[in-house]
Amino acid sequence: MEQLLKLLETNPTLTPRQLAVMLCRDEKAVKGMIDECVSKGIIKGYRTIIDWEKAGVNHVKAQIELKVTPKKGRGFDEIAMAIASMEEVEGVTLMSGGYDLLIEIKAKTFQDIAMFVFKRLSPMDDVNETATHFVLRPYKQAGIMFHEEDEDGRSFNAL
Amino acid sequence: MMDYDKYLNKAIRDIPLSPIEKVSLLAKEVGDCIVLGVGEPDFKTPWRIREAGIQALEKGKTWYSPGLGLMPLKRAICEYQKRRFRLDYSPEEVMVTVGGSEGIDMLFRCMLNPGDEVILPTPCYVSYDPIARLCGAKVVEIPLKQENNFRLTADELKAAITDKTKILVLPFPANPTGAIMEEQDLLAIADVIRDTDIFVMTDEIYAELTYGEYQHVSFASIPGMRERTVVINGFSKAYAMTGWRLGYAMGPKPIIDCMATLHQVAVICAPTTSQYAAVVAMNECDDEIDAMRRQYDMRRRFLINELNSIGLPCYNAQGAFYVFADIRGTGMTSEEFCERLIRRNRVAVIPGNAFGKAGEGFVRISYSYSLDHLMEATKRIAEFLNDLKENK
Repeated sequence: MEQLLKLLETNPTLTPRQLAVMLCRDEKAVKGMIDECVSKGIIKGYRTIIDWEKAGVNHVKAQIELKVTPKKGRGFDEIAMAIASMEEVEGVTLMSGGYDLLIEIKAKTFQDIAMFVFKRLSPMDDVNETATHFVLRPYKQAGIMFHEEDEDGRSFNAL
Repeated sequence: MMDYDKYLNKAIRDIPLSPIEKVSLLAKEVGDCIVLGVGEPDFKTPWRIREAGIQALEKGKTWYSPGLGLMPLKRAICEYQKRRFRLDYSPEEVMVTVGGSEGIDMLFRCMLNPGDEVILPTPCYVSYDPIARLCGAKVVEIPLKQENNFRLTADELKAAITDKTKILVLPFPANPTGAIMEEQDLLAIADVIRDTDIFVMTDEIYAELTYGEYQHVSFASIPGMRERTVVINGFSKAYAMTGWRLGYAMGPKPIIDCMATLHQVAVICAPTTSQYAAVVAMNECDDEIDAMRRQYDMRRRFLINELNSIGLPCYNAQGAFYVFADIRGTGMTSEEFCERLIRRNRVAVIPGNAFGKAGEGFVRISYSYSLDHLMEATKRIAEFLNDLKENK
């Protein structure tokens, strides 16, 4: 199961037949495993990684550090879920260290993000402090290099 | 204008341009090709090995090493070979070389006299033939057959032996075919040569890259064969250390001592930094090798299955990181196939005839590439084959 998930994580376009061959399993069994993972919520979905800069599409991404007051008996879950349900928000993660929640957000302009922090995040009762970091340029995402440095440097003539 | 030709050694000048070179030039000319041509790992050298190399440099260990290699490395090689392949050598029977290829060169030059015969099961790695010829030896090819899974059989060997046969080369797991020899295959070969004077060079550089239920068996571990065998191995393939240029040869002390004399004259010693790094490779990296092998194995199964299902027959290669696809059904020669595949669909593979005449009708496809790369390549090869069918 772990091997199947690892393959799907990096190559979601592999068909059940191809996966079955690679894992020495029967195609039907692989299909069954994938269905089970989807129904149990182990597989959350499939996304495409896009270099938007290269595509010439402009948008702004930010990571916002939040310090919050956890609720008695509910811990951080309540505030985290409340923020996660906002549609502008792409990611919410509970962190160790100097702050509690890391919020990832994507918007069209810097102004949109500023307004989101100002109007929606900061006024929340349990939010004590925010620090907004704008993403300038991604170099590697989900294990994929975004620039040319990772090109195959091997010589074609290697025997 | 100087006539440089007259200064050059004729035997070397006459080594023909490899078809690999032609394919490489064409792929560059066409541009934007998916290349499945290289014969080296796509993995980086495991970090702890690189770190050991860096530490050796930081400590200023930049002198020549002893000619035969650093003693800690030779000890580590002996322990590793015992642990992995049941071979029992002492450090005095080991020579550290500049890649496995130097070991081949040294052994041939130490053993071959003009007129000697070297038996070469082909298709095989491209270095054996020219080096043997430069020594004045005659190369006797045994064309291996797909129906035997490109393994060498006792009957084929018997038919090739003459009273001049000096060395049998056993290059398994094989480049370019991916063929392996199981223990019973090696036992049959051993039976043929047991009562002869034939010496064996077994090139086991791909030993760690043996897949499925198979475990590599060294020819030197077959009863009675150790005394007439030199094992060539190295760090390039299993440890993804091609650029470090480090290998080793193991064999009877009198042979290794003679090779050492030549090695001392020719290169003095193998790179010292690489040797320090390799000690860590031998002692601490079985897990890393295992992880790389599992990746190769998945890609191997993927590629063989895809090629067969798109109509390019491909036998079930069990070793190295190559598959050897049968293109005879297309009616083209290996070189024509490769050229048209590059020009039409921009995929570069290696014509089988680059590895000896017996490779004609086949192409070598390396799976030392990411799965994404292999998926795109097989898609393009499928389009190429479809176009061929439609235009027939």
